[in-house]
Amino acid sequence: MKEYPLTYTAFKEGLAQGRLLGLKCLDCGALFTPPNGTCTSCGGSKLEKTDLAPKGKIKTFTVIRVAPAGFPAPYVVGMVELTDGPFVIGNVLELDPNQAGMDLIGKEVTVGHKLFPRNEAEGGPEGMTLTFTLTN
Amino acid sequence: MREVVVLGVGMTKFGISDLTMKEMFALAAIEALEDAKVAAKDLEALFIGNVLGPFEETQGNIAPFLAAEIGLPNHAPATRFEGACASATVALRHAALMVASGVHDLVMAGGTERTTIMGTPLATKTFAIGTHSEHEHFSGLTFPGVFAMVAHLYSKKYGIPLPELKKSMARVAVKNHANGAKNPLAHFRKEITMDTVFNSAMIADPLQLFDCCPFSDGAAAIVVADAAKYKKYVTKPVYVVGTGQGSAGALFHQKDLTRMAAREASVKHAYQEAGIGPADVDVCELHDCFTIAEIVATEMLGFFDFGQGAAAADRGDTSLKGKIPINPSGGLKAKGHPIGATGVAQAYEIVKQLRGECGDRQVEGAKIGLIDTLGGDFSTVAHVIFRRDS
Repeated sequence: MKEYPLTYTAFKEGLAQGRLLGLKCLDCGALFTPPNGTCTSCGGSKLEKTDLAPKGKIKTFTVIRVAPAGFPAPYVVGMVELTDGPFVIGNVLELDPNQAGMDLIGKEVTVGHKLFPRNEAEGGPEGMTLTFTLTN
Repeated sequence: MREVVVLGVGMTKFGISDLTMKEMFALAAIEALEDAKVAAKDLEALFIGNVLGPFEETQGNIAPFLAAEIGLPNHAPATRFEGACASATVALRHAALMVASGVHDLVMAGGTERTTIMGTPLATKTFAIGTHSEHEHFSGLTFPGVFAMVAHLYSKKYGIPLPELKKSMARVAVKNHANGAKNPLAHFRKEITMDTVFNSAMIADPLQLFDCCPFSDGAAAIVVADAAKYKKYVTKPVYVVGTGQGSAGALFHQKDLTRMAAREASVKHAYQEAGIGPADVDVCELHDCFTIAEIVATEMLGFFDFGQGAAAADRGDTSLKGKIPINPSGGLKAKGHPIGATGVAQAYEIVKQLRGECGDRQVEGAKIGLIDTLGGDFSTVAHVIFRRDS
């Protein structure tokens, strides 16, 4: 049996080292991240780990004002198109949520991450989210 | 494949209930059995939609308990289907397919859910477990947040200024509340104005409280059967003539949130199976979990061109007397959204519409009806098309 192409643990370790890891499909050439068992474009299983540029542009966003238990609102969630092509979801940081408007769309961002410790009370693994900081 | 006929439907009033999930389901199921004029002991299987039972009532494996509630025999399999908010439609689809394929002759599908005992923070958290647990969950993305991102993208993509789009969205809420006011089983039975929407709390920019459907309690049930054997039981037979179900991965891999590949594939399959196109549909219950969700759904189901759904809502094309009446029941928005029961409640409305039993909210002369149900962040989508004899 093959190894899983890019595990969640390895993806997080990459982020901790300041790297945004992804996968390249050796069949169709597509680049994608976060990782998946097979190519998200063609389903191919010949995949190669690769570094992606941790930058992109905001495609859409929202300000969450009613949040799930454990998430202090308000905060901004955005979807970013990386310069390398994949779309990713995460939190837009260093921005007053009350100033977040339609002009955010198209803004350039740098991709980082934030770790969440394992919730001992409820179980489940350590969590993480990608984060976006406006360039300039 | 054999012809599948709907024998009976039942549904509780949606809203806030003191009844347990099992009690609510029993009421809906017994009504459906009486409507069908068949006995529970004759049912050959039960297909159940239930999503958050483990959180709501610490109840897992609910299907056999529901079977026992209504008196299914021990030899009848009872199975829970979990496809987030689309669970009951997935259950109904599999019930219909089991009959069509000849495995069973007489089965029940249904759903039950008691969301309101969780309270809003736990409900928001548990609803959000339908997102990708590693790569979406910890961003704090909620379902209102998903559709809020759809709204911003729709505004940008089609060049519709956000204030204009918000007016179109508010018109969806006004229409669905007007329909819900005519539905005795609806969670909310009061009409609202566009100002009601604009004056309500912001939930996830740009969605305000009245852009969002409520958390509801409720149950629904439907009996489907082999038409050759059971058609004689009903005076106004309604048939299941097409179904579809699609799947998609995490939101970020889907990219353009104004289009949902799983929904477009699923409804295409259902249309093909029924041998019809969108123009043949007389009435539709679709997944208006949020006002913008109804607008984009009307496009993906083929009723309007992409980018034209907002203008269609403005023109009143989706009202009871419009070109394609959408959500005559009040939809998830006003009828309510007990998630695991929603799909079969949509089927309840369409069956009643095709039988001409909807009173003030009746779509005149409706012959063909479609239900559209969306689960998770566009990851599970299912459709069922119903048709009556002319």
